[in-house]
Amino acid sequence: MPYVLNTPDDQKAMLAAIGVSSLEDLFARIPPELRLKRSLAIPPAMPEMELQSHICSLLAKNQAASDAVCFLGGGAYDHFVPSVVDAVAGRGEFYTEYTPYQAEASQGTLQAIFEYQSLMCALTGLEVANASLYEGGSSVAEAVLMALGITQRSGEVLVAESVHPEYRQTLTTYVANLNCRVRTLPTPDGFLNPDDVKKSANDSTVCVIAQSPNFFGHLEEMQAIGESARKVGAVFIASFDPICAGVLKRPGDYGADIAVAEGQGLGTPLQYGGPYLGILTCRNETEYLRKIPGRLVGQTTDRNGKRCWVLTLQTREQHIRREKATSNICTNQGLLALRAAVFLSALGPQGLKETAELCVHKAHYAMEKLCEIPGVKPQFHNRPFVKEFTLRVNSNVPELLAKLRVAGYHAGLPLGRWYPNLANCISVAVTEQRTKTEIDGLASALKASL
Amino acid sequence: MNNTQSTEVIFELSKSGRRCHKLPACDVPASHALSALIPQEHLAEKPPPLPEVGEIDLIRHYINLSARNMSIDTNFYPLGSCTMKYNPKRHERLAALPGFASLHPLQDDDTTQGMLEILFEMQQFLAEISGLSAVSLQPAAGAQGELTALFVAAAYFRDKGQAHRRKVLVPDSAHGTNPASAALAGFNTVTVKSGKNGLVDIEDLKSKLGDDTGVFMITNPNTLGLFETQIKIITDLLHSKGALVYLDGANMNAILGITRPGDFGADMQHYNVHKTFTGPHGGGGPGSGPIAVRDFLAPYLPAPVVVKDGARFKLNFDMPKSIGRVRSFFGNVGILFRGYAYIRTLGPDGLRKVSEQAVLNANYLRTRVSKGYEVPHTGPCMHEFVASAHTLLHKRQIKAMDVCKRLLDYGFHAPTVYFPLVVKEALMMEPTETESKETLDAFADALLKIKDEDPEFLRNAPHTHIVSRPNEAKAAKEPILRWTPNKQ
Repeated sequence: MPYVLNTPDDQKAMLAAIGVSSLEDLFARIPPELRLKRSLAIPPAMPEMELQSHICSLLAKNQAASDAVCFLGGGAYDHFVPSVVDAVAGRGEFYTEYTPYQAEASQGTLQAIFEYQSLMCALTGLEVANASLYEGGSSVAEAVLMALGITQRSGEVLVAESVHPEYRQTLTTYVANLNCRVRTLPTPDGFLNPDDVKKSANDSTVCVIAQSPNFFGHLEEMQAIGESARKVGAVFIASFDPICAGVLKRPGDYGADIAVAEGQGLGTPLQYGGPYLGILTCRNETEYLRKIPGRLVGQTTDRNGKRCWVLTLQTREQHIRREKATSNICTNQGLLALRAAVFLSALGPQGLKETAELCVHKAHYAMEKLCEIPGVKPQFHNRPFVKEFTLRVNSNVPELLAKLRVAGYHAGLPLGRWYPNLANCISVAVTEQRTKTEIDGLASALKASL
Repeated sequence: MNNTQSTEVIFELSKSGRRCHKLPACDVPASHALSALIPQEHLAEKPPPLPEVGEIDLIRHYINLSARNMSIDTNFYPLGSCTMKYNPKRHERLAALPGFASLHPLQDDDTTQGMLEILFEMQQFLAEISGLSAVSLQPAAGAQGELTALFVAAAYFRDKGQAHRRKVLVPDSAHGTNPASAALAGFNTVTVKSGKNGLVDIEDLKSKLGDDTGVFMITNPNTLGLFETQIKIITDLLHSKGALVYLDGANMNAILGITRPGDFGADMQHYNVHKTFTGPHGGGGPGSGPIAVRDFLAPYLPAPVVVKDGARFKLNFDMPKSIGRVRSFFGNVGILFRGYAYIRTLGPDGLRKVSEQAVLNANYLRTRVSKGYEVPHTGPCMHEFVASAHTLLHKRQIKAMDVCKRLLDYGFHAPTVYFPLVVKEALMMEPTETESKETLDAFADALLKIKDEDPEFLRNAPHTHIVSRPNEAKAAKEPILRWTPNKQ
């Protein structure tokens, strides 16, 4: 079998050195009645050639985003990944290494994470970034756990209905057994009215969570929302989009205390939902530093005075604090954090700005073009958006989307899946990769399918 | 080779006007300025202050950084409890195929039938290997798997009118994630002592077990690499009090196809797919931590799970008792996909052989290491063992950490050090099945040499790496967590 190296002679010599006569003797501690007395019921082994054709034949049953023109978003986007990202992340020295417990043996990864943390601070305008979390949804939940620790309050967690529905579901699961309550602030017009925050927040409010651009693609009045949170001493948690940060004000600029994001757009392939990258940054205050979850890399010097990097502030973490830890998280998403660092360094400030600008122009062109079709209207009016928008159609949405798939388009997401009152709505995302021809093609196909 | 090139931080390589990625011209009529499309109040005056570097500088920087890592591809990596086995290259090629890499997580099930078939089969494989009946692939890592299972337990007790079961029992040798997960799920943790033999002290367990006990979290084989010989007595005891048994599946590499958690009484377990089924560890992640549970707990699993409806596969969201989600989207599919490829490559006999050879390698290394170091618990061990530098510290003032640092000079990654907490000066070694006798011999030779080396020399080790003995106290006391132009 592949991957195992001991020959029968090796095995004999090793058993003799151990002082036992058979492999069976090594398992003597497992009581016989607990042994599995048959083979596992899984398919037989496959050499690499057979495995490859088997996997390829299964993947051929998919219609991937690359097999059709992709206008799907909802927190995962078809952004371009420059080849340098794969070249770096494909180094075995990076991807077959583990958590840098021995700093001397992992300076490469430690420095790369330190750079990632620095880049996330630059991207969000906040002073502290951790070494990453699992993905966007659990990052919101971890930010709320932080807020509970910082405020020591046990009142309400206020979350806008326009925050990604799966992030909100994750949050609800995470706090189900803790001493606080999640209250969803309705967003019937596709955005959170800052006045609703003002009315709902009081001196027991733990935190206020808003996302901008939100799930419908709209920009929220983040400054005003943040002010209402601050007035009552609640933590303001902002969920942002890292690509849109190329043109938008940053969470730190509009007063966020904690910024979180799904970092998939920064160089990670779609791969059916994960592994992705959970970004979390926050203000540099003692209480925040004490409560921040996950790994942190810090700069120091070695015994010869040389600059170097180590895992630091570990007294917050589960392997030291056990049940009193700030979070149970153990791993980070190291490889995806590395991808994000290479991605942002490859784009630079100008490249990120131009990427975001292309998204804005193409999304607005698409919106205009699609709304020229009879029976297609914008669902929300006069709300600024960046790369995603919501359409209302005079047609059965699942059937329409199925027709468009046959025509070669993943045309958008059926919003009724998350918002029953929006059963006639489609969310369309347009990245920098979409061309005018593809957008015009979608418009023709949509027209023909209605 | 001079490897001091590119010790700068990427920001220090920045020069205004350089860039490596250019974008195509805008091909749609962009008649409006940005500020006509997005109100000025939302727009930044300038983009974020990212570094500006050319492509060759970017590549040299990161490739030189990579050379400052020890990794499985370059070095023996016997990091106990982390199962650092070889990561097959075929998995990387398959995971890069566009039919997988370009699959959007919110595509309609009609367009993901191949993907869903793989995930459906993966659920079945993991159920079969655990001897349990239902699986959720959603958790992103082992720690999240634990947390998810405890959420499931809490929901189950609430549903059965037993919300008073607030206590989780955890052995003192457990991973730190166990008590941390229990606290997050709203349980109070009570520690159960290990006996001198390194196994659960059953009398202590009995004294702490009550009607308020919800879950006993046990790692088996435990973190000392020992199989709990009385595991069935323990699980029967828990069940007799109406409590659930959770198996921390960190050490599944020792028992594949040999014994199954479901058969020895576990009601729930997580897998570390990145360990047991060899997802590359990525410098700290991604992991993947699916859970398997008994049938009566299946309704509480996170939604969706993959189901087969005739010949069609679909995501089932219709689970009214589900705890909800623990993350967005389906799961860490990239790691599950590699795990699937691994299980298909090895088949039932191959998986069993993995465990047999992992246990053989660990016992051989244990035998060789015990010639120069204490190994406090009697063998045989399973896939790993814990040695101790306790005597070495007393006789020669050499700490476990000194031994670890010196190993780096010999070209070996260090074992896990100072864990588990129940062994003083612990050196926890897990060689895995993918290493040869020659490698194990070379590593044991190095360890035996080191114990006789000059203590002062060892205190300053490593001597051949780019840095040596970073000042960790300083890093924590005056934290510098990001690059700023004036602090360097």
